[in-house]
Amino acid sequence: MRDIALVAFAQTAHRRTSEELSEVEMLMPVLHGVLEQTGLKTPDIGFTCSGSSDYLAGRAFSFTLALDGVGAWPPISESHVEMDGAWALYEAWTKLLTGEADTALVYAYGKSSPGSVRDVLTRQLDPYYVAPLWPDSVALAALQAQALIDAGATDEPALAAVAARSRADATANSHAQLRGSVPQGDYLVRPLRTGDCPPIGDGAAAVVLAAGERARDLCERPAWIRGIDHRIEAHGLGVRDLTDSPSARLAAEKAGAFERPVDTAELHAPFTSQEVVLRKALRLGDDVRVNPSGGPLAANPVMAAGLIRIGEAAAGIHRGESDRALAHATSGPCLQQNLVAVLEGDPR
Amino acid sequence: MSKEPVAVVGIGQTKHVAARRDVSIAGLVREAAGRALDDAGLTWADIDAVVIGKAPDFFEGVMMPELYLADALGAVGKPMLRVHTAGSVGGSTALVAANLVAARVHGTVLTLAFEKQSESNAMWGLSLPIPFQQPLLAGAGGFFAPHVRAYMRRTGAPDAVGSLVAYKDRRNALKNPYAHLHEHDITLEKVQASPMLWDPIRYSETCPSSDGACAMVLTDRAGAARAPRPPAWMLGGAMRSEPTLFAGKDFVSPQAGKDCAADVYRQAGIADPRRDIDAVEMYVPFSWYEPMWLENLGFAEEGEGWKLTESGVTELDGDLPVNMSGGVLSTNPIGASGMIRFAEAALQVRGQAGEHQVEGARRVLGHAYGGGSQFFSMWLVGSEPPDS
Amino acid sequence: MPEVLKAPLAVEFPFTRSVGPVQSAFLTGLRERVVLGVRTRDGRTLVPPVEYDPVTAEEIHDLVEVAPTGTVTTWAWNHEPRRGQPLDTPFAWVLVRLDGADTALLHALDAPGPDAVRTGMRVRVRWAEERTGAITDIGCFEPYEGEPAQPTGHTGEFADAITGIVAPARLDYTYSPGRAQSAFIHALSGRRTVGERCPSCRKVYVPPRGACPTCGVATAEQVEVGPRGTVTTYCIVNIKAKNLDIEVPYVYAHIALDGADLALHGRIGGIPYDQVRMGLRVEPVWTEGGRFPDHYRPTGEPDAEYDAYKELL
Repeated sequence: MRDIALVAFAQTAHRRTSEELSEVEMLMPVLHGVLEQTGLKTPDIGFTCSGSSDYLAGRAFSFTLALDGVGAWPPISESHVEMDGAWALYEAWTKLLTGEADTALVYAYGKSSPGSVRDVLTRQLDPYYVAPLWPDSVALAALQAQALIDAGATDEPALAAVAARSRADATANSHAQLRGSVPQGDYLVRPLRTGDCPPIGDGAAAVVLAAGERARDLCERPAWIRGIDHRIEAHGLGVRDLTDSPSARLAAEKAGAFERPVDTAELHAPFTSQEVVLRKALRLGDDVRVNPSGGPLAANPVMAAGLIRIGEAAAGIHRGESDRALAHATSGPCLQQNLVAVLEGDPR
Repeated sequence: MSKEPVAVVGIGQTKHVAARRDVSIAGLVREAAGRALDDAGLTWADIDAVVIGKAPDFFEGVMMPELYLADALGAVGKPMLRVHTAGSVGGSTALVAANLVAARVHGTVLTLAFEKQSESNAMWGLSLPIPFQQPLLAGAGGFFAPHVRAYMRRTGAPDAVGSLVAYKDRRNALKNPYAHLHEHDITLEKVQASPMLWDPIRYSETCPSSDGACAMVLTDRAGAARAPRPPAWMLGGAMRSEPTLFAGKDFVSPQAGKDCAADVYRQAGIADPRRDIDAVEMYVPFSWYEPMWLENLGFAEEGEGWKLTESGVTELDGDLPVNMSGGVLSTNPIGASGMIRFAEAALQVRGQAGEHQVEGARRVLGHAYGGGSQFFSMWLVGSEPPDS
Repeated sequence: MPEVLKAPLAVEFPFTRSVGPVQSAFLTGLRERVVLGVRTRDGRTLVPPVEYDPVTAEEIHDLVEVAPTGTVTTWAWNHEPRRGQPLDTPFAWVLVRLDGADTALLHALDAPGPDAVRTGMRVRVRWAEERTGAITDIGCFEPYEGEPAQPTGHTGEFADAITGIVAPARLDYTYSPGRAQSAFIHALSGRRTVGERCPSCRKVYVPPRGACPTCGVATAEQVEVGPRGTVTTYCIVNIKAKNLDIEVPYVYAHIALDGADLALHGRIGGIPYDQVRMGLRVEPVWTEGGRFPDHYRPTGEPDAEYDAYKELL
């Protein structure tokens, strides 16, 4: 199997709203960013893949307009998933493994500001039995949080500590939306307070992947993808054990995460309670730096937030701050679907 | 770097209709998936990963339906992806699934594309009003009709060509039990007398709106060896995209289509498509796209595609049959149509196409496109494995 | 810099969803105040009854009645109900495992406050007054201290079973067109059509898209085009599109305004539809209060040569 690495990563400064910019206007600087980092131009890229959701901004086919930012001329080999960009990265990784391309551009964007993302996400739910009740994303996460509290796995002070740590760490991340001291606030849907929930905002991210020696040409210290896998669970919340994440554990196992300890983990846990679940499922001890970027609690551009976890983990390796990192992305209610990537830098 | 050869060992689809009122969305996809598994002699447990595709979520009002469909498609505990590349999505989905096998990430993959667009209304879904934008001055056909007129002008093709295609595809559909439109009393006169909707496109030359699903089981050499029926082998596959609109875009014969076909032919060692390929399932939503795509795909010189149609070459018993299944003109669940083209191509080289089988079809092209003539995905399948 | 344009956008449809037999039985049961679950091969009873076993993927269809009483397995207090949710007053979301079921159903619990709710508490269905065969036939749950209700052993067969549900859904968005389109709209208010030039390929895009699609760079230089232009291709529309107040037949054309490098779309008026031709020279006709030209009419100039516009089709 070919060695494939992330060789560049860029993201927007994630903000509450980007109403003065269209999606492609928001995305383009990030595409230019990764191309500049690598010195590549669009015609040099072997495959392009993106992630986004029509429902988020209320526009069908929105990704077709985002393609303008890539400059798809002459025509390019390109695909798109209606999922978080982490899965677009997975598709691109697969493409590079076939040998049909040596480099890939992966990007994702999402504007949560135009709509009410809490309500938009209800459209993901069983259309017959659940969606007609409109249980919003915070409510579902709160059900999971209460289950954790009932099981003795966490309590409100512990959740608040996750929130505080994330935003404190985010002060070092100029792209994050919520940085520094943020009040834990009142209950939004109890037991979750506003502080336990991710900020609502808009943003985009892009990554360049490269294979083998090409990766070394483009990046001093490539972040090699040692393993990547994703798994999905049953859809019904009442069928699952909400205090655990068997799909995250299985994905981690298949990705080789448990073979050796990691020093860093970037977890796509938009709610504090979900970090508790994932730490356990992914067997992350206290010696692991979790979400040094601040994680989704500091910036959560939906559809890009998972790709950003992989990008942040890679960036830590690029900078020499990390040697072996786990990056996680999630999709669906209460961590129904999970992706885990294990990244490593060359030995120092 | 060698790729694993990819074999299609199971194919299933639903009987496409205007509205399926007897099943849930899960029931619809399950029907196609179950038939593909049965055809492959496999069970849910034999599938390593699931890749689904469909057009915009608004058509059914379900966001990211892979989440709700995980249980129905036996995907619990497995990897599951959902592709969306507009109208070409059915084709792209199959290619993403094929890549998983080719890269040896998985051994056996279930791929499926569907649309249950009767739950809303396809016209509504395709034309959601956007503030500050000029309201679409014409329906979907209105978008393509000016390009058809441009083709007719460029080539001097006679007016009747469009109706010849529609007449052919609808007659072919009569031989395909799964096709939506079964117009038993169709005649060329009726097609030609049909009202002009967006001149030069007539009502009879447009595609229906259908509910339907199509599924395939893709596997590696080991899986193909175990399969109960002869596989179709993927000889080449590619995707190309170009911008929706740009200065100098050729809407009649988009560069992305040409480049995509060239890549597929190169992979498959096709030097002369007209000679080397036995039949084509191409995405023709409005009948004039048959001659246009014949040129775009290199089966005819520029300006000459209509001659193949007019002379009967593309008939089921012609020298280069096109859309033996009845094509998109007879069946159009939007998210599934691309995969139906790919699946029908595979049915042909497996000898499983029943009454619409092309005798001795060994290499057949499946083609899909979407957006404003923007996204193209194609594959060439054969009855023999590729040279390793 | 013009102020940011915003407008409401509602995406709304009454989705008609046909159901499978297990769903039909469950939802019809709710109409009849009977709660059904489905039994899996390994003997688990799933409520709500799903069509396919989450563990084995088998199709499951053995219906079994369960009680309308049960136990809360987790909950969350919703003090600010949102549109479409089961109750208008504060309530608890709950997962309830009904007596006889092995899995839990998501719904709302009507309780006086969060202090009255706890995992493990006993609840029962409060049926909606008007029931149609939908999950909302359960109006909500309410606290219940009595004995578990005994199911009557209903077979799951009903006269007049439902075959589908109507699930209207509306989502509201605030749409902003972005910088390039806002500038375009601003110029339109002055009856000027202004595109943007790509700094790399120098092509002028109308309407501007913010990015040059072939070069992938931001366009910025404002370039006024037209007002006149050439019809490059067209079609005659004979079917009235929904929501459009235009009499059929009408001509829908691609119009390359002078100075633009690609055609935009517009209606042709002021000439019998069957006299419209490729190469016709046209100019915009604005009406009071219209954001875009109402239509384009012939200027009277000689037709443009095919070569002049063939690249702009």
